[in-house]
Parts: sequence; C-alpha cells; structure tokens
Amino acid sequence: MDVLLLSRIQFAVTTMFHILFPVLTIGLAFYLVMVEFLWLVTKQEIYYRMYRFWVKIFAINFGMGVVSGVVLEFEFGTNFANFSQAVSNVFSPFLAFEILTAFFLEAGFLGLMLFGWERVHRSIHFLATCLVSLGAIISAFWILAANSWMQTPAGYKLVNGKFMVTDFSAAIFSPSLLARMCHMTMASFETSVLVVAGISAYYLLKGNHPAFFRRSLGIALIMAVLFVPLQVYLGDVSGRQVFHHQPTKLAAMEAHWETNTTGGAPFAVIAFPDIEAEKNLFAIDIPNGLSLLVTHSFHGKVPGLKEFPRKDRPDVPILFWSFRLMVAIGFVLLFVMIWAAILWWRGRLYENHPFLRTLWVVHPLGFLATEFGWITNEVGRQPWLVYNLMRTSEGVSPIPAGNVIWSLSLFLIIFAVIGASYFYYVLKTLRIGPDLSSPLPPIQRTAGMRPLKVKERGTR
Amino acid sequence: MDLVAIWSGLIGLAIILYVILDGFGLGIGLLFRSTQNEEERDILMDSIAPVWDANQTWLVFGGGGVFVAFPMIYGVVFSALYIPLLTFVFGLIFRGVAFEFRAHATRKGPWNKAFFFGSLVAVIAQGLTLGGVLSGTKVAEDRFAGGPFDWLNPFSVTVALALIAGYILLASTYLIIKTTGTVQERAYARAFRAAWIVLAFQILVTIWTPFHYPSTLSNWFSPPRIYFIWIFPLIGLLAFYEVIISLKKRREILPFVFSVVFFFAGYLGLIASIYPYVVPPSITFQQAAAQQETLSFTLWGVIIVLPLVLGYTVYSYMVFRGKVGTERYY
Repeated sequence: MDVLLLSRIQFAVTTMFHILFPVLTIGLAFYLVMVEFLWLVTKQEIYYRMYRFWVKIFAINFGMGVVSGVVLEFEFGTNFANFSQAVSNVFSPFLAFEILTAFFLEAGFLGLMLFGWERVHRSIHFLATCLVSLGAIISAFWILAANSWMQTPAGYKLVNGKFMVTDFSAAIFSPSLLARMCHMTMASFETSVLVVAGISAYYLLKGNHPAFFRRSLGIALIMAVLFVPLQVYLGDVSGRQVFHHQPTKLAAMEAHWETNTTGGAPFAVIAFPDIEAEKNLFAIDIPNGLSLLVTHSFHGKVPGLKEFPRKDRPDVPILFWSFRLMVAIGFVLLFVMIWAAILWWRGRLYENHPFLRTLWVVHPLGFLATEFGWITNEVGRQPWLVYNLMRTSEGVSPIPAGNVIWSLSLFLIIFAVIGASYFYYVLKTLRIGPDLSSPLPPIQRTAGMRPLKVKERGTR
Repeated sequence: MDLVAIWSGLIGLAIILYVILDGFGLGIGLLFRSTQNEEERDILMDSIAPVWDANQTWLVFGGGGVFVAFPMIYGVVFSALYIPLLTFVFGLIFRGVAFEFRAHATRKGPWNKAFFFGSLVAVIAQGLTLGGVLSGTKVAEDRFAGGPFDWLNPFSVTVALALIAGYILLASTYLIIKTTGTVQERAYARAFRAAWIVLAFQILVTIWTPFHYPSTLSNWFSPPRIYFIWIFPLIGLLAFYEVIISLKKRREILPFVFSVVFFFAGYLGLIASIYPYVVPPSITFQQAAAQQETLSFTLWGVIIVLPLVLGYTVYSYMVFRGKVGTERYY
C-alpha cells in the first residue's frame, strides 16, 4: 500500500474514533446546563443528583475527546504536509480560533465544573457549566467552518498552487457552513439525549431508582421529541445544499447515473450500483422522488454521474449506502418519538415496557448515524481535498509508507485498548448508579475562594 | 510592527508556557513510580487534576500558532519528526485517559503504569523532537527531503534525558507548594537532587551545541550577540543557586519560582543562539512566514481573546490554590 492510501486510512480511523466523543460532549453539556438550571430555579435536590450522575459520564467522555482530538491537530502536518502548506493561509486560522475560543474555554472551566463544587458559589458553577457547553459548540463551529471550506471553498485566490486569502468572512462563512453546522449540532443534541433516554429506560425496566430515572428520561424525551423531527428537516436542508454546491457528490449519494431530460429523476430506495457499467444492477425506484427531494418539484433536473468525468467521481456504493443508513436511522428515531408523544398524551410513558425496551435498543443509533453522515460527507468530497481545486493525492506528506504503517498499527491497538476501557468504566459507573445520599455542596460566597482555610492551618 | 516578529514571540511564549505548565504535569507522572502508596498517588494526581487539561492546551496553541504563522515549518518539521511527534501523542493519550480511568478503577495498577509510562514516553519524545529540530532538517523546494530517523542521534537522546531531569525538578518544586508532611519532605529531597542533575545537563548541552551546530559558536562570539548572550547562562546559574538555597531554607514557593527562571534562562539562551533560523540551518522565520493578511487577522483574534484566557486561567489557579486537601476529586 502507498503512503497516500495509508494516510487516508489513518486519518479516517482517527477521525471516526474521535468524533464519537465530541458528539456526546456537545449534547451532554447542553443537557447538564438544563439540569443545573432546573436545580437553581426549582431548588429540587433531584436535579443536583442528576447533574452529579450524568457529569461522571460526561467527564470520562470529555477526557477521551481531548486525547483523541490532539491526534488530529498533529496529523495535518505529519500526514498531509503538502495540503497544510498549500492551504494554511486560509485554513489554519480556523484551527487557531478553535483553540483560542473553544479549547481554552472548555479546559479552563472543566476543572471548576468537575471539582469546583466545594470552592465556588453555585452561580459560578452554573456559569462554568454554561461556558464548557458553549466552548463545545464553538469548537464544532470552527471545525465545521474548516471542513465546509474544504467542501465549498470561498474567499481565496490560487497563486502558484498556494491558496491566498482574499476575504476571511467569505472563507469562514462558506456556502455550506450554516446548513452543516445546524445539522451537526442537532446530531450531537439528538444523540446525547437518546443516550440519556436509553440508559434511563434501562433502569426503569430494572426498577432501579425509578423517581430519579423518570425525571432523567422525561427531560431527555422532551428534548428528543423536539430535536428528532427538526433533524429530519435540517437533513433535508443539508441535502439540497449538497445538490447546489456539490452535484457530483449528490449524484453519487443517490446512485443517479443519467441526467433526467424528460420527466423527474427517480429516488432509488435500494440499488446496487456498478461503477464499471455506469448503471445500477438492481434498483427499487420511487418515480420523480429525487427531483422532488432536491428541487422540490416533480420534474426538476438533477445532473447524473455521467455528466462528470470518471476521475472526478467519488465511490458510489459507499456513498449510496452510508447515506441511506443515516437517513433510515433518522426515520426510525422519528417513529420512536411519535410513539413517545402518543404514550405521553395517554399518560403511560414510564410504564410501557415495549417502549422502554425500544428506547434502550435504539439509544446508540445516533452515533451510527453521525458516523454514516461523516462518511457520506468525506468520501463524497473525494477525489478532492479542496473541492474541485486540490486532489487528495497532491496533499500527502513526503514520508515513507513505513512511517504510517507503524503509526496506524499503534493507533489501532491503542484505540482498541482505551476504547474498551472507556466502555468498561462507563458501564461500571452506570452499574454503581446515582449517589442519592452525599451532602449537598455548601453555598460559597461568589468570590469563589476556598472555605477550609482555618482547618488547613491547623493540620499543617 | 513586524507581524513575523510578533508571531515568533507569541509562539515562543506559548512553547515556554507549555513547557513550564505541562512540564510539572508530566513531571508528576514521572514521579508516579517513586511511591508504592496509593494514598500518596491520589495526592499527586489531585495536585494537577483541575489544571492539566488547560495546561496541555498551550501545546495545541503553540502547534496551531506554527501552522498559522509558519506553515512551511509546520509542514517540514512535522513530516521530518513524524515518529517522535506521534510517539509524543501516543504518550499523551495514555497519560490523559489515566486521570479518569484510574479514578474509576478498582485495580489501579494498570492505570498507574499508563500514567507513568505515558508521561515518560511523552517527555522522551518531546526531548527527541527538540533535539531533532536542533539537529537540522533536510529541505528541498520547501518540502522535507530527509529520512524517517534523521532526528535520532546522541545529541537528541541527551536532550531527552535532560528534559526528564528538568521536569522532575519542576514537578518536585510544584509538589512542595501543593503538599504537606512526608510527601513534601520527599519532594524537597528530590528537587535538590534533580536541580544538580539539571545543572549538569545544562552545562553538557551548552558545550555540545556548538559542536553539533557550528554557527552557534560564531553567534556567541561575534557582535551584537557577544554583548548580551552571556546574560542567559548567568541568570541560569543565579537561578540555580537560588533554587538550592531556597530548598535548604525549606521555602515553599521560591524553589518553584526559581526553577521556572532556570528554565526560562536556558530557553532564551537557546533562542538567542540560533535566531533567526527556526529549522536550523536552512529556514528563517521570514522565509517560512504566512501571508500578511493571515498573520494580522489571526493576531487580532489573539489580542482580543488571549487576555481573557490568561484571566480565567489565573482565576482557576486561584480557586484551586492551597494544599491538596482531604477532599478527593474523584
């Protein structure tokens, strides 16, 4: 294997491992903000207990996100040095701003959020939770700005193969940013509240701490019922955005070979695309479906793959199936949420065992959908690094393949070890369950200094 | 003002802040095997638990800064130092997850090991990276053109060993501030020994550098540098003296402060010796710099945000100041 393919595999492995954790960090932080807010407003102890329970999962998850994220920052230079040198004028400020406005914020207030209960006033603690949550969202913004620029580049001019900035706001707010930012943030929220809902449902089925987990589930479901349909809508917005800016990618996602000249383009529910023959070997089509989806009219023209040179097309089967699996998950979750709404209306939400079991079964699906979405997004960008401007093959580092074989093998081993440990400790935390008896934190004065000065002097 | 100069200064600042802040963090990891007592390990861990993540962020900022301001260096050096840099990352992964996993583990042994070896690997890889940069990089047409092991030589290995001693010094003096009783007593003794070892390495590396990298010698003995470059070893020696004295007097904060000064002196002396070459001996700051618009745009972000970052970092240290108490963080 050559250094290009190896580097691509390594980047895929490291990003696909990494993204699992930020998704939960972003969404769970938001859930924690809500729970702490409810505690401060209603003064009900249960909300404090909920915070302390879910923040344990949050903390383990956050640590994994940090260590797997540092890797990526290095890989731009180690594995894609030529890309880095070519695009840095436009691209690198995104990363710098992410570090400045998000990483420092998260890292700076995480300590207070996890360990500050005894040392600062509740309002300061709440502020810390809010800032960590904000930092997570800002971080997503900059990463999506960087990725969107690669997908739909803007605000640059090319000089001797180097990208020079002409307009920073155009580069940051590239045409695809808004749709993708909304879609990804919502994916994080949706995935996380489903995790909370699924775990809570499991406890309710077992009959452990019913009061505690009813409340956890209730809040998670209120959010999920809002988020899931919204995400279906945002997915549609994203799809049309791809159609407008990356028609090759859209045609590949849909295994759509021939441009429709008369009538609408069909939507293939299932298809087996044959890249060599440039057609689908077998397909179940919905007539006019694709035209309706992306142009919102029955006979809208959708360019087929044959309009684009073979060397500029991404891998059709991967795109076709990853996209469909993502969409399928979205609709499964939509049906579960409709069920939830009906049960809530009848007042039987917490007693219906088939429903609770379903929640438990579907709760990891958000992660899968996120992975399939990113596969669609990134494989769909191929064969380009910067869409239509710089090929992936032009961006790789001048290093021997042996380097990457070495690092890729180690990444696989290390990720297996820490991934398994992560699961083990998360399950262990869940098995131990919430702590319902430890004393509430004392209320400190807002200046936030430590209360135990006198005692300390005495023991020295 | 010259944007390239400002950015060089900023990155220089980020790197030394990282070295100091994560230096004591990694040093705590290196000290993890020096005790068999699980209670004591808890204290070591708690002394850095609320701040290690923020400290490590300075590394990412330094790296990001190089990417912004000197993309050519980012590309060339990161390709050249592929193996030590990713080894460094592997070390950081184990070090980082150990905080949470150890806290949740019933059998803490494996995560104690992960914390120690993760820190050790990270420190050694850091030293090899620095030594590798100073050993020079083959560049052709703005791209790295050397082999995968160019960074490995006796000099870079020596720098790595020096860094181990240096971080143990920082960690021990930091522990003096954060602990009491026997843990503190042992930290005093360890800081004392580490200080002497660091001094020996400093002298060795200083004498070695001109042999390894000849243009430093002419830099040292020709104007204008000859007029000021001797200040740095002088400050270093004074700081070393103060470290030793303050340790003997059982002062709590001064040993750490002077250890930091000791580090600063060595760092500034090194920069003064090789400036204006960043990837000696071929690329200067000016050659490697990014587009002016990129430099100024990002600099505005830094000017607005960095004071806030420094502000809440100091606040966080204030909140968690004082001795590691009996309240366990995990």
